[in-house]
Amino acid sequence: MTAPHALSLQDVTCTFISRDDRSQRYTAVRDVTLHVAPGEFVSVVGPTGCGKSTLLNVAAGLLSPSSGSVHVFGEPLQGINTRAGYMFQAESLMPWRTALQNVMAGLEFRGVPPAEARAQAEDWLRRVGLGAFGDRYPHQLSGGMRKRTSLAQTLVLDPDIILMDEPFSALDIQTRQLMENEVLALWAEKRKAVLFITHDLDEAIAMSDRVVVMSAGPGSHPIGEFTIDLPRPRDVAEVRVTPRFVELHQAIWGVLREEVLKGYQQQLAA
Amino acid sequence: MWRHIQPNARNLRVWQVGLLVAVFVFWHVMTKPGLIPPFLFDNDDQAAFFFGEPLKVFERIWNWFFVAADIYGHLWITLLETLLAFGIGTVMGLAMGLWLALSPMAAAILDPYIKALNSMPRVILAPIFAVWFGLGVASKVALGITLVFFIVFFNVYQGVKEVSPVVLANARMLGATQKQLLRHVYLPSATSWVFSSLHTSVGLAFVGAVVGEYLGSSSGVGYLILQAEGSFDINTVMAGILVLTIFALVLDEVVGWVERRLMKWQPRSGETEKL
Repeated sequence: MTAPHALSLQDVTCTFISRDDRSQRYTAVRDVTLHVAPGEFVSVVGPTGCGKSTLLNVAAGLLSPSSGSVHVFGEPLQGINTRAGYMFQAESLMPWRTALQNVMAGLEFRGVPPAEARAQAEDWLRRVGLGAFGDRYPHQLSGGMRKRTSLAQTLVLDPDIILMDEPFSALDIQTRQLMENEVLALWAEKRKAVLFITHDLDEAIAMSDRVVVMSAGPGSHPIGEFTIDLPRPRDVAEVRVTPRFVELHQAIWGVLREEVLKGYQQQLAA
Repeated sequence: MWRHIQPNARNLRVWQVGLLVAVFVFWHVMTKPGLIPPFLFDNDDQAAFFFGEPLKVFERIWNWFFVAADIYGHLWITLLETLLAFGIGTVMGLAMGLWLALSPMAAAILDPYIKALNSMPRVILAPIFAVWFGLGVASKVALGITLVFFIVFFNVYQGVKEVSPVVLANARMLGATQKQLLRHVYLPSATSWVFSSLHTSVGLAFVGAVVGEYLGSSSGVGYLILQAEGSFDINTVMAGILVLTIFALVLDEVVGWVERRLMKWQPRSGETEKL
């Protein structure tokens, strides 16, 4: 038998019921099967509103699926996925804690002695280039700096699985490419399993080992899977102009395009 | 000329003090017997009788604080009542607010009762409290608590309900237990709401204390005012009101100071410096 997947979703379906009217249902994802091997970087792309975030919440254990199962390193997942770190799309830092205290939070929750937690947190802040900003509150940091802090906050716990929900979508293109390269460098060092959600195909191809394309919602499910055989280490800006990247982009876009249009039509009709 | 005295950030205080002085001068001119011919009342002394005279009011205050020095005991009693009502009411409101916000079922059951209690005019409870707790400090504290509790309670409840779901989910992913969530997420998030309510509730604790004293007591500033009213000593009544007002301002300032120290993580707009 082969080694268990770091993360495996088997036939996961999530149906939401409207709180006001119980007959109103919405199936965000239907029969999704998705595996992430240890050390593999997998991206999920799809049109807006296709339930990508739902999938990630299921993997994190924040949301239990209506049907189907989730396994983490072969064990069925119950409650919060303690082996995963989650980088959210929206602002997730605690505004009443400084950057350093935010990075320390997870260690503190786990009962690491304060002195040690502080040393580790300071080390990670330095690694994301914020060594001098530890005593700033989130509102005193720029958007990119807050994302870096979030990254340090997630990685300081040394999770075996990293879940990322469009973490850089709010950043400008330059900051974004810098952050993408930083994440790739950090990932290359530790080789964790990564499940990366994005709507940006360029970003997905540039960073991943594998790209999974989701159909438009409702009842969204994977409709294509592409192995990205671009050599590593990659620079996200440079890799975009290589012929192989363009080839892959065309192949994936061919599948994705129709779904994007479908999703767009649905939004117009709604 | 106008350019130099028109209100701006620098002479703000001057304008504030000037306004106060103007009010007192107006009061003085209108009430001092013999200064201007009476035009509202039949004779010279009536304006002073109804509205008091600022100079006599100040004399009264001076006498209280420095000559007879007999107000400190009363002030202390009022302060004690205010602080006790404020402290106990805030802690109760905080505890109850956290509990109900985190257990929706209990909140659903108690909802009509809380609304009913809150809409009840609580000042009418003062005589009942006087019967239950006597004419001493306890009955005033009880009245103050009924006023403070609801303000803090509703704000904490709202504060906990409005915790950012993303921050909450993030803390859970970082491994926070239920207790740690309460301590590190719900409570800090609710404090910003609590502090905005504390300005109101410290004032209400004060109202509770003074109204309680006014309705039946043997000490406190409210009692002084009641005594003076009994003998139509309008100057002492005004002096009492002035002392209470200054007292309330000081309390509010203290709350503001604590707030600024504890809430420094909150963003403030426009922090740039004009050069």
